[in-house]
Amino acid sequence: MIVAGCDIGSLSAKAVILKDGGILAYQVIRAKSRPEESAREVMEDVMEQSDISIDSIDYCVGTGYGRNQIPFADAVESEIACHGRGAQWLVPSIRMVLDIGGQDAKAIRLDGAGNVIRYVYNDKCASGTGRFIEIMAEALGVALEDMGEISAQAEEPVTISNQCVVFAETEIISLINDGRKLPDIVGGLHRAMAHRVVSLAKGIELEEDIAFTGGVAKNRGMFSALEEALGVTIKGTGVDPQITGALGAALFASEAVTL
Amino acid sequence: MIVAGCDVGSLTTKAVILNEKRVLGHAIIKSSFKPEESAEEVMKKALVAAGLSMNDIGFCVGTGYGRDRIPFVGRVFSEIACHAKGALWLMPQVRTVIDIGGQDCKAIKVDRDGTILKFITNDKCAAGTGRFLEVMAGLLDIDLDELGRLSAAAKNPLSLAATCTVWAQAEVIHHLNDEKPIPDIASAINQAMAVRVAILARNVGVEREVCMTGGVAKNVAVVANLEKLLDVKVRRLRVDPQMVGALGAALLAREKMEGTKDDRRGM
Repeated sequence: MIVAGCDIGSLSAKAVILKDGGILAYQVIRAKSRPEESAREVMEDVMEQSDISIDSIDYCVGTGYGRNQIPFADAVESEIACHGRGAQWLVPSIRMVLDIGGQDAKAIRLDGAGNVIRYVYNDKCASGTGRFIEIMAEALGVALEDMGEISAQAEEPVTISNQCVVFAETEIISLINDGRKLPDIVGGLHRAMAHRVVSLAKGIELEEDIAFTGGVAKNRGMFSALEEALGVTIKGTGVDPQITGALGAALFASEAVTL
Repeated sequence: MIVAGCDVGSLTTKAVILNEKRVLGHAIIKSSFKPEESAEEVMKKALVAAGLSMNDIGFCVGTGYGRDRIPFVGRVFSEIACHAKGALWLMPQVRTVIDIGGQDCKAIKVDRDGTILKFITNDKCAAGTGRFLEVMAGLLDIDLDELGRLSAAAKNPLSLAATCTVWAQAEVIHHLNDEKPIPDIASAINQAMAVRVAILARNVGVEREVCMTGGVAKNVAVVANLEKLLDVKVRRLRVDPQMVGALGAALLAREKMEGTKDDRRGM
């Protein structure tokens, strides 16, 4: 049995193909201007990788903000449900998922069967989303991929007093002018961001067993900052953290077929 | 008796010099990174305008976000106190003062004696502060002063869905890429700004007369949109709205000196 999940976000599109309960292929691409295009391209990529045609896919579930524009999706599922399902399939013990993407952050509480108990979501304020770190990297003249590593070198992380991305940007400029070291500034930024996400998650009560997913989970510095803020160890999912939603969608697809 | 008020803001620094009766001189400059320097410079300019020297100043009050770093002040007061004082002196009927600065927004309610009854400040989020307009003017590559005037030329005014300055920036870039006319985009920006300010003003409770202080009061579109949203006329003060904080500081300096004199008489 071959099923697919397709997650069309505003910044990236992801697809996962499952064959007999295991991941056959996955792909992440930058989103095109139209969701339909993103969906077609990411699906073609992933089918080429696994050398299968669209006809051999038994069922496909779409998710993400562009889920209703995926031409080949048989059904759609909410992002929250897909992220929860995907993360728990990868790490069965978890009861909470923190998912931080380029434009949003979510905290999801799960029961033992991968069902969502409660969730909370921020896409209104850029602070506490991946965009925060992205803007700060630009302001500091540092590559986004290097931010986590630089953060690990912090000796005395600065305190960032502004929550607002726009104000924090000005704040770090004056910290640079004050002669603060780059790693200390970057470390402070990671801390500030972790606090934002943790206070979001506290709104639905924290769990002990937590997985961290989404594009920002590629940043090792954010793992340690979140662990420090939470006081517990958090888990990675072992695969590309951006595919969790698409994986969850594929799992929903396989359930649909099994039934 | 000659007194001064100095208001060191995030974007501009202002100074006003007063005697018992009237304003003798005033000045406004762009703030530098160092509040001390901005304060010294603006004071020098105001003194030149008044034909005075620093030794002539009997007392000086400081305000604004850099107020604790002004070297020559005898006392500091909050911006709330200074804006309320200045606005009420200019227009005694004022009961609500909306002050929008470079990085904050305040709604202040006062009674007829100038006592502050209530105030609400937003300095946490750039939306609804001067910074929002500054960022947007930068994106459109126009002068901040021009942004307000552009709304009038909008043929098909657009709107912005996001509150967050960062997300609104992305929307504006999208509109620019779609080659939407600049006045239509400017109109969306001015409207979004007014919506945020109106929320703050409603929370403090709008009571007539209403006036606006701070640099954003010069943006005619924000003022007009705000009037519509609050269904109230926003009164124009007879001075540059950016000078009101420094004026209030100078008035407080004068009161302080008069108080000192009274004390002496009492002794």
